[in-house]
Amino acid sequence: MLEIAKEAARAAALNPDAATPAITPLPPATRFALRMRPETATEIGSVAGFQLDLPINRASLGPRLAARLGPNEWLLIAEDGETEAIEAEIASALGERFHALVDISHRNVGLSVRGAQAADMLNAGCPLDLSAAAFPSGFATRTLLGKAEIVLIREDDAPTYRVECWRSFGPYVHGYLLEAARDFDGG
Amino acid sequence: MAGRNRLPRGGRVDRSKPVSIAFNGRTLTGFAGDTVGSLLIAHDIHFVGRSFKYHRPRGFLSHGSDEPNALLSVDRGPGKIDPNNRATVAEAREGLVTHSQNHWPSLEFDIGAINDVLSPVFVAGFYYKTFMWPRRFWDSVYEPKIRAAAGLGRAPSEPDADRYANRHAHCDVLVVGAGPAGLAVALAASQTGKRVILADEQAEMGGTLLHDRTSIIDGKPAQDWVAEALAELRVRGNVTLLPRTTAFGYYNHNHIALAERITDHLADAPAHLPRERLWQVRAAEVVLATGAHERPLVFADNDRPGILLAESVRAFINRYAVAPGRRIVFVTNGASAYAAALDATDAGLDVTLVDIRPESDCGPEPAALRAKGVTALTGHTVLAATGTRRVTGLAVAPVSPEGKIGARKILAADCVGMSGGWTPSVHLFSQSRGKLRFDPALDAFVPDQPVQATRSAGAANGRYNLAEILAEGFAAGSAAAGDGATRTFAATPTPTGFLPVRVLPTDADPARIKAFIDFQNDVTAKDIHLAVREGFESVEHVKRYTTTGMATDQGKSSNMNALGLVAGILDKPLPAVGTTTFRPPYTPVTFGTLIGPSRGPLFDPARKTPIHGWAEEQGAHFEDVGLWKRAWYFPRGDEDMREAVARECAAVREHVGIFDASTLGKIEVVGPDAAEFMNRIYINGWLKLEPGRCRYGLMLKEDGYILDDGVVARLAPDRFHVTTTTGGAPRVLAHMEDYLQTEWPELDVFLTSTTEQFAVIAVQGPKARDLIAPLVTGIDLANDAFPHMAVRTGFVCGVPTRLFRVSFTGELGFEINVPADYGRAVWEAIFARGAAFGLTPYGTETMHVLRAERGFVIIGQETDGTVTPDDLGLGGMIAKAKPDFVGKRSLARPDLVAPGRKQLVGILADDPTLLLDEGAQIVADRDQPIPIHALGHVTSSYWSPACDRSIALALVEGGRERIGSEVYVTTPSSFTKATVTAPSFFDAEGKRVHA
Repeated sequence: MLEIAKEAARAAALNPDAATPAITPLPPATRFALRMRPETATEIGSVAGFQLDLPINRASLGPRLAARLGPNEWLLIAEDGETEAIEAEIASALGERFHALVDISHRNVGLSVRGAQAADMLNAGCPLDLSAAAFPSGFATRTLLGKAEIVLIREDDAPTYRVECWRSFGPYVHGYLLEAARDFDGG
Repeated sequence: MAGRNRLPRGGRVDRSKPVSIAFNGRTLTGFAGDTVGSLLIAHDIHFVGRSFKYHRPRGFLSHGSDEPNALLSVDRGPGKIDPNNRATVAEAREGLVTHSQNHWPSLEFDIGAINDVLSPVFVAGFYYKTFMWPRRFWDSVYEPKIRAAAGLGRAPSEPDADRYANRHAHCDVLVVGAGPAGLAVALAASQTGKRVILADEQAEMGGTLLHDRTSIIDGKPAQDWVAEALAELRVRGNVTLLPRTTAFGYYNHNHIALAERITDHLADAPAHLPRERLWQVRAAEVVLATGAHERPLVFADNDRPGILLAESVRAFINRYAVAPGRRIVFVTNGASAYAAALDATDAGLDVTLVDIRPESDCGPEPAALRAKGVTALTGHTVLAATGTRRVTGLAVAPVSPEGKIGARKILAADCVGMSGGWTPSVHLFSQSRGKLRFDPALDAFVPDQPVQATRSAGAANGRYNLAEILAEGFAAGSAAAGDGATRTFAATPTPTGFLPVRVLPTDADPARIKAFIDFQNDVTAKDIHLAVREGFESVEHVKRYTTTGMATDQGKSSNMNALGLVAGILDKPLPAVGTTTFRPPYTPVTFGTLIGPSRGPLFDPARKTPIHGWAEEQGAHFEDVGLWKRAWYFPRGDEDMREAVARECAAVREHVGIFDASTLGKIEVVGPDAAEFMNRIYINGWLKLEPGRCRYGLMLKEDGYILDDGVVARLAPDRFHVTTTTGGAPRVLAHMEDYLQTEWPELDVFLTSTTEQFAVIAVQGPKARDLIAPLVTGIDLANDAFPHMAVRTGFVCGVPTRLFRVSFTGELGFEINVPADYGRAVWEAIFARGAAFGLTPYGTETMHVLRAERGFVIIGQETDGTVTPDDLGLGGMIAKAKPDFVGKRSLARPDLVAPGRKQLVGILADDPTLLLDEGAQIVADRDQPIPIHALGHVTSSYWSPACDRSIALALVEGGRERIGSEVYVTTPSSFTKATVTAPSFFDAEGKRVHA
């Protein structure tokens, strides 16, 4: 593990203090875009604690979260500071198997949206059917919120949703959700 | 005082809750449950507006959303004024301020009413015929005047103070309309457990049953049945009830747009609630139970205030407990108006009924009415209404089946209820692209084969008998829910006899009377006759020529009368004339509802870099580049842009500058075939680029024209770090993915956007190396070890970095890529060291000037989608040995190799202080006869501090051969002389970057 940021302080794109009971900016995380052929995923099943052999649009939840967003595409999310460790684990596990692992820890920001009105708040800008029957816990997809592309992951039955978007879209996505939450008296 | 026309009992208004509204400055009292319309009628006010074209006095025609006349401006406070509210839809609530429209100086005395007298001039097609000459008057006189006179109501001048919401929703069955049919649909569909949404435009659900005092359903009074049905639906967790919600648009894939009105009816709306909400519902099945609209009868002066639709008279009496008049004459060609007449009689009003049909065609209804002591004149026509600001009577006369008119007599009246039959509301079905079928028995178009998963039930489907409506609704609801259940309902029979009539027979000269077809657009029967006489035979042409059916009411009341009249004049069957296509919105929708939250900061995502906040604190001016906000320049004190840019440019050339390049697009290209992929996408070669080195790349579209450019670093044999232009990033990634997925799936390569993973800090200038050196670890910055166009990984301020030695300024330069969250801290660390070096932050304008001095192009500025590499003098970049790359074959097209193409050159105005206009045209000889042949145009033009004069880049025909020759460049007033030069003005050999 190399020395990181001894001198430079980290500044998050979203203000973590701007949290409401329903909508919370999430702390920094380690994130990767992992790409490999579907048959490779089937063969290895999981890597570095990330389960990959999932149906498309499903996520394996937990401290090492893998969301399969397409036939050959996974979004991996883990605790902050695990970048080098996970890179090494995946490299050794996959060996010569063709894959692409790209660090996107800072590309994305995360928001948590939870509670009884969470789906309604998301549905202010997300056209998907978010009912428990259509989008239960463990579902994950790339979709839209208003004019921003997001990745939406349902993490539990509360329900709790994790919203991931690109960094510069974070304030818009956060603002959109807060505006939607006003319908419920601030959520 | 609740109004002298308030009936002593009955109705669904809440007499314990009085409300006061203002109308044209008068305060009037009514009850909760009133509409503005019913409240005004309670005070015997019918004259509420002036018509669109003739400024005729107008009152209420209907009691619902089809109202064409009673359009009011409603004022709910500052920023909350909007025009053209239908008084019959707007709910009365405490403190509401309303005004009539389309008159000056007042409703009673209106100058525009002269139009009614001049109406022989204002015939259909008046504009087309009248304002033909002189031609030049159209732009300067006619059009401005017509525009000033056109339109209805005043647009608000204040920003809308309300907020609006948007909601996407999904359901198994969407039911539109909560009358008897819709309620039966919802009851049946929801008992299966499927998700049901029931939307109805009115404040209360129940539809026509809300003003039905006499029908019995399954042994219960109709209104009790409604209450029980709603109570049942409310307890079903799978049902969403949306009152005050209009389904206004029916789009593909059962995507239905609904407008929900949330706070307009509340005097003290909670601040957190939006005024309106747009629902975008995706429904597996849609059942349209939208009812039917009553048709007016067409006779002279049928638009006088006090003349309403018969069913509307009934609704005002029964639902709102207001008498639209004390002496009411009903005129009808069918049975339904008899119910209204009976209800009016029971309310103690003086009633007479005139039926166009001969007694023998009438069924039992006249006798039933006469048994109550009411005069019912069958076989009579109406010749005209009397009165101007309020109807005072009807001239009626017997008419024989052959059309012979007998002696006229006047029936005194202060209210007329007319019924010309019913038109199923097929608007949404038509919007869904469903085909309509003409039913001669109903004299109406009814839904035929649906195109989407759509069903129609009840009156919307041409079913008018209550028991059948309920049974059809129930069956449609259970079928939509995938269940085959049916049931029958016991209900009071609905009289439905009807004889179609277009224009009532009259003994008057049809050319001298105004018998209105379309009330909102002031189209008369005479206008339709004129249009057909002038050759407009298609109903779509008649519609556009006369504007019938084109008002905001979408012809709800007028459409069938207009169609029937056209068919009658042409002597064609009605289906041969066809019907017009209905388009969204069903009723007018506010802009706020359509826009929803997308205003102010949520209008578009404002993309900001990690360093944006710092630039803001430094007082930078920003410019929009796509969705990005980029620091444009950093003025000091009271510098203007030119002064600031001159200072920034000089700092970079002489010392060192710092620039936020984070917005540059970045794509990580990874895989064993990465170099081969790059080779196919770009025009230049990549196989031999060593890891640790960078190369400027240019990519084409299939057509051979330049798509994008950027510096690419090879990080490892199988990993490239591609940069793109700021605006081109999404386009380039899509272009690459397109080829990878569809043309070259055999390549083992994956692409990942990393634009936002990195903050990019460009440090440019002779002192750049000295400035950053102490902050960088793990990288040897020496010129030999780290030459121009190289990349290294290491650390800056302890943060992992991809450090590029690249330059877009022509100076020694570095671009420091760090993970985005560290961007600001690293920037500030560099900046803190900078004072001793004369470090100056610079913005995009300075970047543009510096690159133009060196002749570096900007995609989208020097290129416009028709520019080839050779046009820019970059033909040498093409790797000739490559078997193929995107666009290669197009480069051999005859016109791409023809001589005389526009080529990039420099342009120096003879007057060095003159800044040429970007976009200015360039000509060889200013004295050529017009049209002068333009050789090309200026693409970039700046004041160059390094050259101490203006410089410009341009695309000029055969430009490279013209270097040294004189040309003329357009200025706002004339031409200026200039010289063509090579497209580089400073350090032409490019030595400084290697310092």
